[in-house]
Amino acid sequence: MPVTHAIKNFQTFECDGEVLTIKDLHFSYPDGRVALDGISLKLCNGDKVALVGPNGAGKSTLILHLNGILGGRGDPSTTLKVNGMELTRENLPIIRAMVGLVFQNPDDQLFSPTVFEDVAFGPLHMGLPEDEVRARVDVALEAVRMSSYKDRLSHHLSAGEKKRIAIATVLSMNPSILILDEPSAGLDPRARRTLINLLRELPNTMLVSTHDMALVKELFPRTIVMDEGRVVADGSTMEILDNEKLLTAHGLEKP
Amino acid sequence: MHFDAFDRYHEKSSFLHGLDPRVKVLVTVIYIVSNTLLPDAAWYSFVSAWIFLIAANLLSQLGIEYTFKRSIIALPFALVAITVLFSIPGKPISTFQFLMWDLTITDAGLLRFVSILIRSWLSVQMAILLVAVTRFPDLIHALEHLRVPAILTTIIAFLYRYLFVLTDEVLRLIRARESRSAAVAGQRSGGGVAWRAKIAGNMAGQLFLRSYERSERIYNAMLSRGYSGHLYTLNPHEMKQRDYFVTAFAIAAISIVQLIGRL
Amino acid sequence: MHFSPVPLHIPDGFLSIMVSIICWVITIITLGIAISKTNKALGEKQVPLMGVMAAFIFAAQMINFPVAGGTSGHLLGGALAAIVLGPWAGMLVMTAVVAVQGLLFQDGGLLVMGANILNMGLVTAAIGYGLYRSAAGRSKVVKLSVAGVAAWLSVMAGALFTALQLWLSGTSQLGIVIPAMLGIHALIGLGEAFITVAALSFILQVRPDLLGEGSESAKGGRGWILAGGLIALAVVLISPLASGDPDGLERVAINMGFIDAGLDASYQVIPDYTLPFLGETALSTIVAGVIGIFVVGAVVVLIGRGMRAKA
Repeated sequence: MPVTHAIKNFQTFECDGEVLTIKDLHFSYPDGRVALDGISLKLCNGDKVALVGPNGAGKSTLILHLNGILGGRGDPSTTLKVNGMELTRENLPIIRAMVGLVFQNPDDQLFSPTVFEDVAFGPLHMGLPEDEVRARVDVALEAVRMSSYKDRLSHHLSAGEKKRIAIATVLSMNPSILILDEPSAGLDPRARRTLINLLRELPNTMLVSTHDMALVKELFPRTIVMDEGRVVADGSTMEILDNEKLLTAHGLEKP
Repeated sequence: MHFDAFDRYHEKSSFLHGLDPRVKVLVTVIYIVSNTLLPDAAWYSFVSAWIFLIAANLLSQLGIEYTFKRSIIALPFALVAITVLFSIPGKPISTFQFLMWDLTITDAGLLRFVSILIRSWLSVQMAILLVAVTRFPDLIHALEHLRVPAILTTIIAFLYRYLFVLTDEVLRLIRARESRSAAVAGQRSGGGVAWRAKIAGNMAGQLFLRSYERSERIYNAMLSRGYSGHLYTLNPHEMKQRDYFVTAFAIAAISIVQLIGRL
Repeated sequence: MHFSPVPLHIPDGFLSIMVSIICWVITIITLGIAISKTNKALGEKQVPLMGVMAAFIFAAQMINFPVAGGTSGHLLGGALAAIVLGPWAGMLVMTAVVAVQGLLFQDGGLLVMGANILNMGLVTAAIGYGLYRSAAGRSKVVKLSVAGVAAWLSVMAGALFTALQLWLSGTSQLGIVIPAMLGIHALIGLGEAFITVAALSFILQVRPDLLGEGSESAKGGRGWILAGGLIALAVVLISPLASGDPDGLERVAINMGFIDAGLDASYQVIPDYTLPFLGETALSTIVAGVIGIFVVGAVVVLIGRGMRAKA
């Protein structure tokens, strides 16, 4: 049973416009392993939140619940809402447009031969008209400073470029919340710096799962610590990074 | 490996590069069909088909010798046609001994052999030119337009995208195998053929599982962006007046090549 | 770099128009069935799976292992693809592989692509899966040995089809092309068999669920056993016949109107050999005989197993 630490709890805060509301989320894998053990959290409009914790803490499993890739067994005590909309089978397409999920490996995220096709995939599958799709692709590529890459082939890109295009592929869906899994993994220092600057510029609400504590310190005012399928701390990043006992207990290091 | 080893496209802004990919696919196929239809020893037709090819080469800005240099790829296959040299009855040209057989080359056999090679050689060059002036994703769009079923074009698009990722993985596996294939001086390295085959099979199995798991992650990434079983694509290509004109002209020219062969 | 480890990719110009078109028709009909079957049977998840598997087969063909004297063993992959993905999906995957090899690398022509898909994608998948399916419910050892025989025969069947198409196009002489193609591929097929068996046993060890009950691999109907058996039988019957009595087959082909491209009216219709060709030597008869016996034996054993499994 993980230790819970008394850090100022953001869940009790009032905010205007809850983007993400999770109450008492449980999940076990088919083999019986418990991955999520009663997760509750809340994200407000404009929040930039880091999600940290050791491997196997359940971060990726949680992320895959946020747009309904995992879960969906209607447990009555569980609430999972995006922009106030309950995640149900009928709402799934709308929720998926609102939750922009960027996977860790850009080679999995960029599955089309060209950059254009990949960035257009989301808007096209939302059923938008062609002109709107093209406009969205332009805006999204502009947002990640990759406009000139529109006609490039995905396999010609460097790791950092792939990462930025991967972000563009979900920005083109105009998501209410942007969720990134390990965005800085595998990037060289320069590409990492470019990415950090990009994340700082983006106005979207953000939940970022990462092991990169320097990135957490630099970008995110709020941090959620997970371990063994639970939220063990949820508070201001400064406070959490100053709590060495907490960090050590969950295998984290102060940057 | 670097991706260049697989890329056959050459960035240029030539007349051919600018044509609609459908036109290029269609004309290439018609050209190859025409070559296949030409009778044996239709020399004037062969020459005019060659001129057509050279003209296309010139229009591509890649240089006349570009496709010529790369056309050797089909040469080894010529071996399967070698028997026609001796098997088709005709006037004997030359007789020689090969192992235990006396072989007689006949005039008809020689004509047929050379004709097969020329037809193949011209066709291969046009196919080489097609991928040199057309980006592969555009080629896939052309196939979509030409009514190739979506499931096949989708598989081909995925194959093209992950070809580079997976061959990189194979090369890493092969390098890992090589760096551990050490030998002690004076001793033959490696086990028997069966053992080596087993290692290769394990590599294939390993690669299969990695690919399988990757496909699951890709599926999740697709779901996250609204995929629900049906794929939508935007097609960036539109036939312009020039494209129709070129198609008509090419078909006329190829018809003339045929006509010359039949006269 | 050479992308076709197995010399089955026919370039344009080597097959006559008629043979090319007939092969396209067979290929298109089979693919049409495959597409409607996969649309019905497979979930939406299969689209990225088949796509990545096609890339897998392409990449796996680069894996080689040294055999002897500078030659190396390779994978063609038709049998493996059909065994792990099911026959219809396996055919679509192999079609994409052959199409990209032809389109992008000119490994195989465009007009003759129908024939190349038929030989390397459809025939190999049908025979590979059909024979493997006959071992359903048997022990791991039996399954793997059957898969090995199936992989070997899939290459032989592909080679036989290629040889027949070349002959019908008037490009090669029957009495030579069949023993030559089958002889070479009897060796190449061993590499295929080894790698297929090792890969399958690896998968059975690490992810047995992918090949077990309820997997795509187990879903193919019993009709596949028949199809695989029939193709195997064709290999068995045609090879010795063609090698022993090429004139007979040639006469049939000419009567059916196939071979006219190469033989103008001025030529004799039936070439009488002034030379002793491979087709009439003791060597070729022996080679064909050995192959024939091997194949007949394998088929009999397999059919017997299939019937026992059913009972």
